Amino acid sequence: MSKGQWLKFCVLIVLLTGAIAIYQRVQAQQQSEKPPVSDTQVKQVELPQHQAAPEDGENMVVQLCDGETNMTVKGARPGERLSPKRAQVVSDQLMNMWFAKRDPAVVKAWQQEAATAGKKPSGQESKKGSPTRSRGVKQEEQINDFTARDYSVWKRELEREVKYGDQVFHDDKLIGSTNGVSCAMCHPHAANTHPETYPKFQIQLRRVALLRDMINWCIENPSRGKKLNADDPKMRALEAYIMAQRKGVPMEYGKH
Amino acid sequence: MIPLKWSRRREEYLREREAWFDQLLAAGKSWQGRRRFLKMAAMAAGAATARSFTPQSFQLVEVASAAERPFSFAYISDSHLYEKTLNERFVRQLERAVADVNALDPQPDFILYGGDLAQLGQPGELKLGAEILKQLKAPVKYMVGEHDWFLDMGDLWKEMFGKPYYSFDHQGIHFITLMSVNEKDFWTAKGLTPMQRMQIVAGLDDGRQSAFEVGEEERDWLKNDLAKVPKTTPVIVFSHSPLYKLYRQWNFWTDDAEQVQALLRPFNKVTVIHGHTHQVLTNRLGNIHFHGMLSTAWPWPYAPQGLPKLTMQMNRPDPFNQVEGMGNGTIKVNQTGYVDHEYNMWNRNPLRVTEKYLSSNGTLDLPAKTTLSTY
Repeated sequence: MSKGQWLKFCVLIVLLTGAIAIYQRVQAQQQSEKPPVSDTQVKQVELPQHQAAPEDGENMVVQLCDGETNMTVKGARPGERLSPKRAQVVSDQLMNMWFAKRDPAVVKAWQQEAATAGKKPSGQESKKGSPTRSRGVKQEEQINDFTARDYSVWKRELEREVKYGDQVFHDDKLIGSTNGVSCAMCHPHAANTHPETYPKFQIQLRRVALLRDMINWCIENPSRGKKLNADDPKMRALEAYIMAQRKGVPMEYGKH
Repeated sequence: MIPLKWSRRREEYLREREAWFDQLLAAGKSWQGRRRFLKMAAMAAGAATARSFTPQSFQLVEVASAAERPFSFAYISDSHLYEKTLNERFVRQLERAVADVNALDPQPDFILYGGDLAQLGQPGELKLGAEILKQLKAPVKYMVGEHDWFLDMGDLWKEMFGKPYYSFDHQGIHFITLMSVNEKDFWTAKGLTPMQRMQIVAGLDDGRQSAFEVGEEERDWLKNDLAKVPKTTPVIVFSHSPLYKLYRQWNFWTDDAEQVQALLRPFNKVTVIHGHTHQVLTNRLGNIHFHGMLSTAWPWPYAPQGLPKLTMQMNRPDPFNQVEGMGNGTIKVNQTGYVDHEYNMWNRNPLRVTEKYLSSNGTLDLPAKTTLSTY
């Protein structure tokens, strides 16, 4: 190795070590800048979706809201807009396909109820106060797929959400406050948050405000934090907790 | 001189709001309601001008009676200070109250500090508060609140400000300052640290704490103290919690209130001035008149039940206005020995709750009516 080559080699080594050191430092800095792992008490859930109806590429396939009953509309191209009349025919046919899978007595009751929906109950019925909406079918045959397990799961899940909301509402750190001010410091038991009055026009926000807009107002201003996305688990939990405190209060949207 | 501040701020706000309305209209985003909108804006502006502006002066009113002469004292209460680096706003608000009181002409005979100087009883918080209150020109009488107490059970507070309960006489009135926020031990059995204990007590709606009480030892002291005072002498009591039972869930409450009231009942005229509730709050139980003090930090909502009939609610605070529902106040002691309470509400008209209003059971001299009550 000539003297010149040796020198070049040395310079290269020095440069390489320097580059590695800088790379490592940048890596470390990036890692420290990463936001802390958010608490996972209430996880953001991927919503389930119905499996799309199989398409043959030629004809339109329409799916019923059960996610199972599919119907091919002959002569209509996929993505085409059906006329209202034809769309009605299609939806009626889909419903009939659904009825065909079910007990005729139950279907009859269901159809009777649908036919009287929106009409005032006759005086006699309302006076008796008995819920005999479907003549010909006994009470115990009315559809209720919900079991005690369903109710207990709903209750448990709801209570968990509200409990997490309670925690977020009372902890300045969880709402990202930078000045020690939590929601409960001005709103014990969520008093004077009046969720039942939203939406309403709020001149200071120049638009119709929802409860979450006001929550974000408080997070950003009195609490000096960063506002939450509408779908942030903390926002959802806060709304749940606030609503839970006003159970039974009549809705009065637009009230100032 | 104080009223000028709020009237200016209010005018500013109304101008701003009109501009917003104009902006909306100009953007063409509004519907057929254009005319209605304009009318609304005009009405709002009109109402604001009409409602204003009889500036309440802080001049003393000369009346003749049991006090040697009518006099006044001012109060500042519930500042809930954090360290300045954490929360500068609360500090600024206490400084505003100090400036308000220092601007009173004539100066009050003394100033009551109503408790909850600190938010979490930290030495830094108490010292910062003491430093700011030092700027007051008139002498200060200190009262302790639960936020000052439950970190070290009052050790530092007592070292800085002296006895938590005491009495003194001024211009023929017998004054008593109580420590009414004792709580039965809920922490030892649970093995809580002093900071955990402090934080539970600091949570108004935290049901893990006990009820406030004056306690037996202090009631004995009060009994002995009052034994020396003639029944015709007007008595004014300072307590941090209201000396009656309003709403247990938020400790708007004193558990042994009845026993304390019984000690005060034999006196002709008794007034209780209390903190903790952060709102305009008025009550009367026989010979005892009760007045709540405003906070400089934030207003509390009214309790969902148990509100005294005599309370004329202060309007619901506007969350877009940083100091709404807060302030300080002046207590004018009339020669009768009862008092008129002037709430100096920041950014609003002052509100007066007078002796006449209370003595007439709310039939005479009504305070300005509530137009935006609690939900």
